[in-house]
Amino acid sequence: MSTRAGASILRSGRLGHAQAMAVTGGGVALAAVAFWLTPLQGRAGFLLVAYLAGVVAYLLAAARIEGRRSVVDRLAAVLMVTTVGICLLALGSVLVYTAVRGVKALDWYFLTHSMNGVGARDDAGGAYHAIVGTLQQVLLATLLAVPSGLLVAIYLTEYGRGRLASVVRTVIDVMVGIPSIVAGLFIYAFWVLGLGRGFSGFAAAMALAILMLPIVVRSAEEMIKLVPPELREAAYALGIPRWRAILRVVLPAASAGITTGVMLAVARVTGETAPLLLTAFGFDSINNDPFSGPQSSLPLFVFGQASSAFGAAVDRAWAGALTLIAVVLILTVAARLITRRNRLV
Amino acid sequence: MAATVIVVLLAMTAFLLVRAWPAVRTAGGAFLTEQQWFPDANPPRFGIAALVWGTVISSVLALVVAVPVALGSALYVTEYARPAVGRWIGYLVDVLAAVPSVVYGLWGLLFLVPRMVPIQRFLAQHLGFLPFFENPDGMYGKSVFAASVILALMVLPIVAAVSREVFRQVPPDLREAALALGATRWEVIRTSVLPASVSGVIGAVILGLGRALGETIAVALVLAATFDVSLRILEPGGNTIAANIATKFGEAGQLGRSALIASGLVLFAITLVATMAARGVIRRTGVTAAGRP
Repeated sequence: MSTRAGASILRSGRLGHAQAMAVTGGGVALAAVAFWLTPLQGRAGFLLVAYLAGVVAYLLAAARIEGRRSVVDRLAAVLMVTTVGICLLALGSVLVYTAVRGVKALDWYFLTHSMNGVGARDDAGGAYHAIVGTLQQVLLATLLAVPSGLLVAIYLTEYGRGRLASVVRTVIDVMVGIPSIVAGLFIYAFWVLGLGRGFSGFAAAMALAILMLPIVVRSAEEMIKLVPPELREAAYALGIPRWRAILRVVLPAASAGITTGVMLAVARVTGETAPLLLTAFGFDSINNDPFSGPQSSLPLFVFGQASSAFGAAVDRAWAGALTLIAVVLILTVAARLITRRNRLV
Repeated sequence: MAATVIVVLLAMTAFLLVRAWPAVRTAGGAFLTEQQWFPDANPPRFGIAALVWGTVISSVLALVVAVPVALGSALYVTEYARPAVGRWIGYLVDVLAAVPSVVYGLWGLLFLVPRMVPIQRFLAQHLGFLPFFENPDGMYGKSVFAASVILALMVLPIVAAVSREVFRQVPPDLREAALALGATRWEVIRTSVLPASVSGVIGAVILGLGRALGETIAVALVLAATFDVSLRILEPGGNTIAANIATKFGEAGQLGRSALIASGLVLFAITLVATMAARGVIRRTGVTAAGRP
């Protein structure tokens, strides 16, 4: 008798998985009955009440069988699962809603025609000029930011000692935090006004490069740091000078990780809108020359169309948003796949 | 090469200062206290009081919404989920960070704002006695509250990603010690994980704040721009520095653009303070968020 009582103190009852499911289901059923019998209504309201009822039933059962500490533990777990659910719900509803609304106007015509001479109310026009602009601006920005970013990263990891290196690190940290619109303002003040070059795709590329640079530096720095010192030492032991060791041993070893960082940076700036307003300015016709005259881009196109109140323009905005999301997500997923193959991580 | 990075940052500050000077000289002290924004009127009347207020209140509200969700999901990934599941949730939350801000703006304007009207009405009717939930006109929609929820979605992945790294760096010994004393999983988190990662989490929150402060397009699309300092977050209206630059730039005259650049400098200064604070806190914990803006 007494031994059994002792055992029950050490090992109190446990709420099994099946019991927990049953109790939670009971709570949800209770909510359903309440919505059926009482004036409560609404789908969102029902989901909320059912969720609360299920959780309360689950916690009451845990309290009855397992005690207070366990209830707190289970409540914490429920709350955390809920937060994950909120994240996934938000992501899902952004992606799904954009896809559903975007597919309507997204066709070959949309991708191959510009907005030249198309009014806000006309059900015509497309994003060709914007796609051309985005490709040119992002390509130019990548050409500007990646080589310089790599050089800075190599300097910081291989050569950087003392004051200069610590100042450069601080500057990179500050640049990470620069709001994108401030980068746009700078290029506007410096290039568009200061040098009198006017709006152009290249000005936009410079603003984007300012935003890309710190991301490239940070990720390349991390990746170069991960290269095992043995590789480097082996190269030095063979009498190879430092610059060749960096070029032929360190960079190839880190290349997969660096590529990932670059692609994430490209994905990030492809979706940037704010700096382009002040540098590329936006344009309804096709402008194939990024070095002169205002250009459009996909984000600008979406912003412009979304600001209009007419149905056709809003449809175009969704189609543009879907195109943009597709480009960015393809880049992001590709970057992840490359990371997976990376043996350093 | 490394030195040019420093030059770029200095040039940036210098050019902005030069271009901002005419507006600041014209406005004088009123630049800090005036709420209206008519830089091209005669006489010009403009100041950043309402803009700074709107920027700060919307960013802080965004953090209030985003931080609990971000920390909860980060803790789930590191403490509860099986590694494979946790990795997938991590990927998906990162995708949330990859969605362009203009898409958030469009989605917020046409999907979220109409669906948030009932929630806002509920808050105003049942908690309307609190000054910030007051809404006597009964108009709902493009409010600071709605903009903050969109901002929260954009801040969430940053806070989640950085705090995930912070929680991962808590030494396993601490967790095991708590488990050996018979702690439940929540007690492990409360007594071992959270105390060891306080400063890292603060750093993550400040990084998120930086993103919210500088966000432009989503706010510009969602807010109905007004220029007043108001506590009522459910009323349509409000504005931020960045959104004001985006909406006013096209129509602004010479002094107008100078005034916008001056307001941009103020934004730069505010984010600079936030960045340096985050840097100070994060450097102490040794966490680096590589590749995460």
